[in-house]
Amino acid sequence: MPSLPVIEKDQVRHAGTAPDGGAFDAPAVDAHAAARADYCLRLGDDALVLGQRLSEWCGHAPALEVDLSLANLALDLIGQATHFLGQAGDADQLAFHRDVLDYRNCWLVEQPNGDFARTIARQWLFSTWQHLLYRALESSSDAAIAGIAAKGAKEVSYHRELAADWVVRLGDGTEESARRMAEGLDWCWRFIPELFEVDELLQGLIERGIAADPRQFEADYRAEISRVLVEAQIAAPADTRPILGGRRGHHGEHLGHLLAVMQHIPRLYPDATW
Amino acid sequence: MSDEWPLWEVFVRAKGGLNHRHVGSVHAPDSELALRHARDTYTRREEGVSLWVVPSASIVASDPADSGPMFEPAQDKVYRHPTFYDIPDVVTHI
Repeated sequence: MPSLPVIEKDQVRHAGTAPDGGAFDAPAVDAHAAARADYCLRLGDDALVLGQRLSEWCGHAPALEVDLSLANLALDLIGQATHFLGQAGDADQLAFHRDVLDYRNCWLVEQPNGDFARTIARQWLFSTWQHLLYRALESSSDAAIAGIAAKGAKEVSYHRELAADWVVRLGDGTEESARRMAEGLDWCWRFIPELFEVDELLQGLIERGIAADPRQFEADYRAEISRVLVEAQIAAPADTRPILGGRRGHHGEHLGHLLAVMQHIPRLYPDATW
Repeated sequence: MSDEWPLWEVFVRAKGGLNHRHVGSVHAPDSELALRHARDTYTRREEGVSLWVVPSASIVASDPADSGPMFEPAQDKVYRHPTFYDIPDVVTHI
């Protein structure tokens, strides 16, 4: 009777695909580090995908000044994405060589621009949430995450005010602008619950003091949204079945198209520099 | 859209203690948005610490056709420049 179990070839092959190559003395996979990296992907992907979406307005905005204003938001977000993805690995590699199922952004940010009002609706609903999140993350036990959030909070505070300002202008504007603003909010409304979803991974990070618990500021979020809607004279859309799953890599068809545009040059010419 | 928006002149103070200087103009429907547009257009590269916007319509300008009577009389009044004084060597920073 052999003293050791027989090792099948399949198992050898399987071990060979592990990051450590299945080496005998490889350290155990650090689950904590993996969870932290996943969280940084979520934060980074939100910023990256929305930044890319806003960049699509470049040259197409209603006025030159608005063009610049949206491009500024995009650049702030791409800067934040670079920092957060850098915490999860090589930022460029993660941004340009990762497939759609590995993206961890929420559904709201990947939504197509639509008209200007829908872009503003998406921006306002997201920036208001992101600002509360970054403010909470400033007291994260993870110094790197707290630092990125503190820098980002100043930028996002401006995004939030700018977007809220436009919501009021369009909502309390002409008949057409009010209709478009209401339609934009209708489109985006079902993606709000995902922002406050806490899965097992996030719960673990909250308990370790690394992640912020979005449920802590959900009431503040709802209050702020209501306040601006009243000023804009728009009725809040009805709550419908929420769309969830972005954090697990479940995305809509739109994200693939966005990534195709964003990634095709680096994928065609992986070593290109300019 | 921008055709209907009035024009605003933008002034930027580069740092504390300096004057606001005219840097250009933006289109905006009102003063609040004019300030945002000015921020996004003219202070993207840390150009300033303070911004003014003024409706272009509020600027009263001299008529270029009057530039003769307006400005030429000053041409031969060199004595208005404070350059005819001997400054003692001990006085610095002038």
